[in-house]
Amino acid sequence: MANELSEVQRSLIGKQNKKGQTYTDPQHLFFEAPRIPAFFTGSEVIKEAIRRASVDVMVAYPITPQSEAAALIGELYAEGYVAEYMRGESEFAVMGQCAGAAFGGARVFTTTAGPGTMRAFENFPMWVGSRLPIQVIVTCRGINSPLSIQPDTLEMYFLLGTGMLVWHAETAQDFFDWILKGYIVAEQPDVHLPIAVCCDGFFVTHTKDTVLLTPPEMCLPPYDPYRSPVPCMDMETPPVRMMRDPFVMKSNYISYMTHASWQEETRGACERSRKHTIPMIGGLIETENTDAEILIVASGTAVSQGREAIRLLEDEGIRVGLVKVKSLRPWPGQEIREATKHAKHIFVPEFNVIGWLAQEVKATIPDNHRVIAGPHVAGGMTMPAEVIVEEIQKALGRHVTTLAGRGS
Amino acid sequence: MSKEKIQICPEFYDIMPPEYRDLVEQATYGKEGRGWKDIGQSKELIEDHSLCAGCPESMAFRYILASLPNPEDTVMVGSTGCTSLVFPHVAVHNIHSLFGNQNAVASGLKRALSVRFPGRIKDVVVLAGDGATVDIGLDMTLQAWFRQEKFTTICFDNELYANTGGQESGLMRKGFVAKMAPVGKKFEKVRLPEIARESGCAYVVNCTVSKPNLVEKVIRNAVLIAREIGPTYLQLYTPCILEIGKNSMEGLQEMRDSEKPGERFRYYEYVTDSAKQFLAELEAKEKQTAAAAIEG
Ligand SMILES: Cc1ncc(C[n+]2csc(CCOP(=O)(O)OP(=O)(O)O)c2C)c(N)n1
Ligand code: SF4
Repeated sequence: MANELSEVQRSLIGKQNKKGQTYTDPQHLFFEAPRIPAFFTGSEVIKEAIRRASVDVMVAYPITPQSEAAALIGELYAEGYVAEYMRGESEFAVMGQCAGAAFGGARVFTTTAGPGTMRAFENFPMWVGSRLPIQVIVTCRGINSPLSIQPDTLEMYFLLGTGMLVWHAETAQDFFDWILKGYIVAEQPDVHLPIAVCCDGFFVTHTKDTVLLTPPEMCLPPYDPYRSPVPCMDMETPPVRMMRDPFVMKSNYISYMTHASWQEETRGACERSRKHTIPMIGGLIETENTDAEILIVASGTAVSQGREAIRLLEDEGIRVGLVKVKSLRPWPGQEIREATKHAKHIFVPEFNVIGWLAQEVKATIPDNHRVIAGPHVAGGMTMPAEVIVEEIQKALGRHVTTLAGRGS
Repeated sequence: MSKEKIQICPEFYDIMPPEYRDLVEQATYGKEGRGWKDIGQSKELIEDHSLCAGCPESMAFRYILASLPNPEDTVMVGSTGCTSLVFPHVAVHNIHSLFGNQNAVASGLKRALSVRFPGRIKDVVVLAGDGATVDIGLDMTLQAWFRQEKFTTICFDNELYANTGGQESGLMRKGFVAKMAPVGKKFEKVRLPEIARESGCAYVVNCTVSKPNLVEKVIRNAVLIAREIGPTYLQLYTPCILEIGKNSMEGLQEMRDSEKPGERFRYYEYVTDSAKQFLAELEAKEKQTAAAAIEG
């Protein structure tokens, strides 16, 4: 069964927390409870999601463009919605503090971006191997030198290999829903992995959008650390002597095999998250008109720009379909093969210089010469829909009708 | 956790390894006044060790585990290094995550345990090498002290990076020739005990592990003060006999030699006034209990 609660969690449904919020069955909270429209920035949306997430510990550190959200969670702590809140001393330390709190059985939240993500990096595969279902919000920004604070999704490329669940939100609405749903998926005993919910910095964090919020008087049931596939480090269960010879020291087959199989297992856990994720966020991908000869495959705000481009092309009589990739890990390989099977040309617009999504798509589908990796913008440049239109027109050998922002 | 939780399901009793059965039946979880003298008469909380034969770290581990005031409610945090080879043999929950982040992990852990078990004792004890504590992890070591995180930091000071083969560390003596210090270390041994004092530790001790009763006393003080007052720091000399060219039998003498007056590991202690008062009250209470026991 997907997205089950433990007995302890079930027993709390309908009861109130100390702020008077009612622990609510996630199914009801997400799919049945009334929604209230609000006009909020992405940062405010993060705060509203965490207000409802029964988070025990948040560790914060300033870096644009997530500083505001991280500070807003501090307000929630001051109001009593988050049990513990601290500023760490660097992202490396923050992720260690998050690990400690998660090892100790807390539901943990943090946010980072760009250089912060890179500074934190050693922790991410460690979280995976330790099966810590920490949620980190990554509000992507440039990681290049000279220093940049502008939107750029290059850092996500590195996250893809960590073993974490990685989702890429397009809108503030995705963000609100996925932060809450992310905990439910990540904490399933057969998953129990950290999750990075990413968005394109500024475009999502600093713009206002209408978001349908769940009622503030309802919240998620708390984390139950005894559903973890590995013991919670709280001395509430008997300690075991793990092994006579620590594997790190052994150069033998058993040792190699142990490490290899644990890596396989954590990757397997990521794959197993599919059955929980699909009903939660409506599939790992979302598609429109995939019978069209031309497709745009995108994630994050490139999806929104793709939609706009599709509208412009429609005016010219060019029909283009869309694949919105919501989950990057697990990777929706089968879904993308299926969705692209009719396409002759597949465009992958991205906000980074290397085109990691295009690389992934190319590695997934047959006849991958169909993939046109682009357009790419980077370093904070925006991607007007006209740039995508132009790329498509050029590739089709058509007359280019839009010269976005070029002057004359 | 109470000792009752450490039980073996009767159906599995006969297939459990004998050392685990011993742990359930003979260990000193929950025992009042446990200490190093229990060694030899009870089941220790360390099964084995994979250190070099005669490594003083192994003695230190045994004394520390015998002296923790509440092992049934203690979680330890380690780091990468020779110590990380021992933790898998230790029968209290312990965390290894990365090299150098131990005080960050302990900060998060302590806070989580305080949220989850309000009003209950949950001690957190960090144990790491000098490379982890003073070099790669110094930032996190100090920041935990600045923030007044209520846990104990123990540094096994062997004055070098042992696990990677004897490289220079910040706690190495000036002039010592080692890997990565090919013409001798060029700067003084970092004075971490004094830095700890200035950084807000309520109790700081620098000593060797040559005397088990001393180790017992400082561990107990450090854990109890950290629980009630603020961060505590113990820097214990556990010489790396392998890298300084000593035989297995020579670790103890090496420690005795270096704790003499004027030597690097002469006993140094710093206790804040509030910690002193706490210790005095504790002693008075213990005397009272002992007197009552005699009368009773
Ligand atoms: C990030 C990182 N850098 C370097 C290492 C390699 N490394 C493993 S153990 C160690 C030395 C440990 O020295 P110390 O903390 O003094 O402990 P000891 O082995 O001496 O007990 C080093 C450098 C590592 N594991 N991780
Ligand atoms: S290398 Fe040194 S510190 Fe490590 S186990 Fe051997 S003697 Fe002990």
